[in-house]
Amino acid sequence: MPPANSNQAELSPGRAAIAQLWHENPIFRQVLGICSALAVTNRMFNTLLMCGGLIWATTMSSLTVSLLRNYTPQRVRIMVSVLIIAVYVIVVDITMRAFFPDIHRDIAAYVGLIITNCIVLGRLEAFASKNPTLPSVADGFGAGLGYSFVLMLVAVVRELLGFGTLFGFDLGGFTGWWTGNNYQWVIMIMPPGAFFVLAVVVWVMRGYALRKEAAAEGGK
Amino acid sequence: MTDMMTILAQTTDTAEALRQTDPSMMTQMVLILLAAAFTENILLTRFLGMCPFLAVSRNLRSATGMGLAVVFVTTGTVFLNSLLYYKVLVPIQAAGVPIPAESLKLILFIVIIAAFVQFMEMLIERISLKLYVALGIFLPLITVNCAILGASLFMVNKDLTNAESLVYGFGAGLGWCIAIILMAGIREKLKKAKIPAGLEGPGITLIITGIMALTFIIFQGMIQT
Repeated sequence: MPPANSNQAELSPGRAAIAQLWHENPIFRQVLGICSALAVTNRMFNTLLMCGGLIWATTMSSLTVSLLRNYTPQRVRIMVSVLIIAVYVIVVDITMRAFFPDIHRDIAAYVGLIITNCIVLGRLEAFASKNPTLPSVADGFGAGLGYSFVLMLVAVVRELLGFGTLFGFDLGGFTGWWTGNNYQWVIMIMPPGAFFVLAVVVWVMRGYALRKEAAAEGGK
Repeated sequence: MTDMMTILAQTTDTAEALRQTDPSMMTQMVLILLAAAFTENILLTRFLGMCPFLAVSRNLRSATGMGLAVVFVTTGTVFLNSLLYYKVLVPIQAAGVPIPAESLKLILFIVIIAAFVQFMEMLIERISLKLYVALGIFLPLITVNCAILGASLFMVNKDLTNAESLVYGFGAGLGWCIAIILMAGIREKLKKAKIPAGLEGPGITLIITGIMALTFIIFQGMIQT
C-alpha cells in the first residue's frame, strides 16, 4: 500500500490526475501493479486492452468508493472495496470475451487479477475513501493513465524487438530484416525479457526524475 | 514465428500433456508439483505476486516468513476454490440454473481467500502463538498478493481435478517461496554493492529477477515426455 500523501486532500481534480501521471506514477515511483505490467506486454494490442480495462476499473471504482465513503464502516472497507472492484472487473471480463475472444483466452487470468492489482486498491485506500467524488475520479483516471503509459512503452520495445512488428502490423523492410534468416530475439517475448525491459524503463525514468529533483533543490 | 509460438505453448500446457502421457497417479502428482514449482514458477514465468516480492525481499528472515505464509495459503485456497468451483458452481450450472460460473468465480474466489486468511489468523493465534508471531504481519498482506488469486484462476484454466489442485496449489506456493528466499539472499549481499541511484531498489531487483527467470528456463526441458 502506498503511503498516504498528506497534501493530497487539497488537490484539484486536474492536479490529482497529473500527479498520478508523473510525480506519483504507480509503476516507477510507487512500484505497484508490476505483475500485469510484465505479463501482458509482449503484444501491443493485448497491452492496450489491458490498459483500457484497468483505466475503467480504477476510474469507476474510485467513483463508487468515493460516493459511498460516508456510508462504509471503517472495519469492512477493504472487503467492500474489493467487491466493488470485482464488479467492474467482471464487466471488463465479459466485454472482452464478447468482442475479443482470441485475446481474452490469452490474458483472461490477468484481467481477473485486476481485482488484486495493488494500483486500484492503493488509490481507493489512499485517496478515494477520503476525498470528494470529482478529484477521486480524476485521481483514479490519472493512476490508470500513468500505468498505461509505462506499459505501452514496455510493450513497444518488446513487440518491436521480439516480433519485429507494431500492433501486429508488418513494418515492411524492418520486419523482414529483423526476423530474416530464422533469427528471432525470442528472449524479448519470454518472461526474462519482460523483467529486463521494465527494469531499464524504470531505471531511465527514475534516473531522470531524480536528476530533476536534484536540480530543483540546487536551484533553491 | 512458429518456433516462438511452440515454445510459448509448451510452457502453458505442461499439466495437460502430462495427464495424457503418464497414466501412473503418483508420478503424475509429483510431476504436477515439480511443474508448478519450477517450470511454471508462478513468479518467474507468470509474474504473479511481484509487489510483495519486491517489497519484502530485503532480508532473509522476513522473506522466509512471507514465503511460508504464501505456501500455506495457496495450498488451502486453491483446494477450497477447486471444491467450490467443481463441486458447487459447475453442477449448479449444469443443472440448468443460469448462473455465470465463469464471471461469478472471480468474486467467490476472492471472498474465499479473504475469509481463509482471516480464519487462519484466528486459528493460528489459538493453536500456536509462536507461529502466529512468526507469520503474524504477513498474513493480512496475503489477501492482496495476486499469486494467491492467480493460482486459483490458473487452476481453473488447467482443468485440474480436486486432488491435483491441492498438489498444484502447494507447488505454486513452493515455487514463489523458493524465488523470494533466493532473492532475499542475493539482496543481502547486494547491500555492499555500488549501484547507480536510478537503478537502486526496484530497478536492480527486476534485473536480478530477469536473470533468475533465465536460469529457471533450464528446467523447462526436464519435464517433458
